[in-house]
Amino acid sequence: MSQPPSIEPSERQPGILVARGDWTLAHAATLLALLEVAPESAEDIDGRDIGRLDSAGAMMLSRYAVKVGLGLATVEVQPAYQPLTGTVQAICENPRRVKRTDYGFREMLARMGFAVEDYTRETLALVGFLGLTLKTALGVLLRPARFRLTPTVHHMEQVGLDAVPLVLLLSFMVGAVIAFLGATVLRDFGAEIFVVELVGIAFLREFAVLLTAILLAGRTASAFTAQIGAMQSGEEIDAIRTLGLDPIELLVLPRLVALLVMLPLLTFIAMISGIAGGLAVSVASLGMTPEMFITRLHETIEVRHFWVGVSKAPVFAMIIGLIGCLEGFQVQGTAQSVGERTTSSVVQTISLVILLDAFAALFFMEMDW
Amino acid sequence: MSTEAADAAELAIRVRGLRNAFGEQVVHEGLDLDVRRGEIIGVVGGSGTGKSVLMRAVLGLREPQGGRIEVLGVDALSDRARASGVIELNTGVLFQNGALFSSLTVAENVSVPLKEHYGELPADMIHDLAMLKIRMAGLGEDAGAKLPAQLSGGMRKRAALARALALDPALLFLDEPTAGLDPIGAAAFDALIKTLQKALGLTVFLITHDLDTLYTICDRVAVIGDRRVLINAPLAEVERFDHPWVQDYFHGPRGRAAQAARAKEA
Repeated sequence: MSQPPSIEPSERQPGILVARGDWTLAHAATLLALLEVAPESAEDIDGRDIGRLDSAGAMMLSRYAVKVGLGLATVEVQPAYQPLTGTVQAICENPRRVKRTDYGFREMLARMGFAVEDYTRETLALVGFLGLTLKTALGVLLRPARFRLTPTVHHMEQVGLDAVPLVLLLSFMVGAVIAFLGATVLRDFGAEIFVVELVGIAFLREFAVLLTAILLAGRTASAFTAQIGAMQSGEEIDAIRTLGLDPIELLVLPRLVALLVMLPLLTFIAMISGIAGGLAVSVASLGMTPEMFITRLHETIEVRHFWVGVSKAPVFAMIIGLIGCLEGFQVQGTAQSVGERTTSSVVQTISLVILLDAFAALFFMEMDW
Repeated sequence: MSTEAADAAELAIRVRGLRNAFGEQVVHEGLDLDVRRGEIIGVVGGSGTGKSVLMRAVLGLREPQGGRIEVLGVDALSDRARASGVIELNTGVLFQNGALFSSLTVAENVSVPLKEHYGELPADMIHDLAMLKIRMAGLGEDAGAKLPAQLSGGMRKRAALARALALDPALLFLDEPTAGLDPIGAAAFDALIKTLQKALGLTVFLITHDLDTLYTICDRVAVIGDRRVLINAPLAEVERFDHPWVQDYFHGPRGRAAQAARAKEA
């Protein structure tokens, strides 16, 4: 059905090249090879015997015609293909070149500059967003009727209740691992009993809140960004504004309040579960009884450790909620942008949470709390 | 008998007894449609009459509940494996919202089908072919490096059209190409479709609500209603067709305005 293309000198007039066969995209590779070895010059090209011609074939014919010093306009084709060759000739033989992108040293400097500018802008945006949210929160405090309870409870369920199994499991595992590590090291000193303090203090002060915050950064900050980002690209946020509603009051405050309530509660669950993990390992491999473990815990662990740990929870909740929502608002309509913003929100929240936790640990140590 | 066979060879799309249903809700029942090679057929119908469903069924994006569909002489339903190859290589689709890949530039968007099906071609050849299609769709050379989000609505439609033309298809499906364009942009787009159809010898299946499009570029018009094709004929004949919806459509205020505009041009 389809004829392979060819181009060769005419038998009667060797100066004239005759093109035959199908000059179509399906034969593009053959054509490309064919035109490589075709004569370098010709008086004329006869295209009347071309069976089928499409725009890819016409483009290659045009290139070849230009190469041998003619133009597509001089190539005669079947009347049915004249509109096509006309169109292709008008486009291909009036080329306008665009400048290539430059990948040199200057480009690198420029990209570094843009990156620095980006970070500065994002930091400013975050601080600005914090201020805006606090201002809106204050407004809602003055007029409590405007607080949206139903969405808040809905987010509490999604952020808090639905995360309980995950928090329980992961904290238990980490608690068990710490107890195991502690037991291995402390055994050399005959001080296995100190595993209780190790697990207790580690979880109450640091690990429970840190683990929960990292989990929620991955689970909740990303969800917030994607939800608000999808609304942003669907122009829903603009619709909210034109309807005289405040997107911060409507979308951000319920999420933030839900996080502020649920993160400390989840932290508490993580503490209990982590200590339970430690207890399980102590009982199973150190020969302690559960009573011994709990009595030791009561005797040695002061309640201040609990307060140090749990006091960080609201701060982390703010970070997760604010960054998650802010990144959502910065989505720019494309699927690509939603992906980038979600990644950026998770990366930012996790790094900020860990960074702040490190500073807090130093601070509390210095204060002797 | 012989005329039947000759007709079949001239048909780009042949649909017989098509049935489409979503659960209880039947959209098409016993729908017949013929699209001849080299014509622009306008498919019209009220909202919810299943114009897009018909297009999706012909393209194989949706399995109908019954009937026969032949695209370019290939049975699209029973010989699925062969049909999907033929349909992919020989059809281009312009979706309602363009459906450009938002993470790729316009030139990359147009190159996607070329790279997929003709991967053996050198990269600069593919790039040149993509740029040819972009220029054919009426965009400037600089549009190639832009992302879809950086284009206006009309330019996005043109970019999507360039991608639909990438493989030099014989059949072009357009789903409401002028929706969302201003009248001047819509008229320019209509003219572009007509020019390309002539230059490339395309068969165009065009779903539209735009009466001006029907009057300016369509060779024939198929009206979908009551779950089937009510009439498939040149416009003058369709206008006279005795059906309440058709009468309302062509003789309502907008229909009369489009007719008048057409009469003035002629």
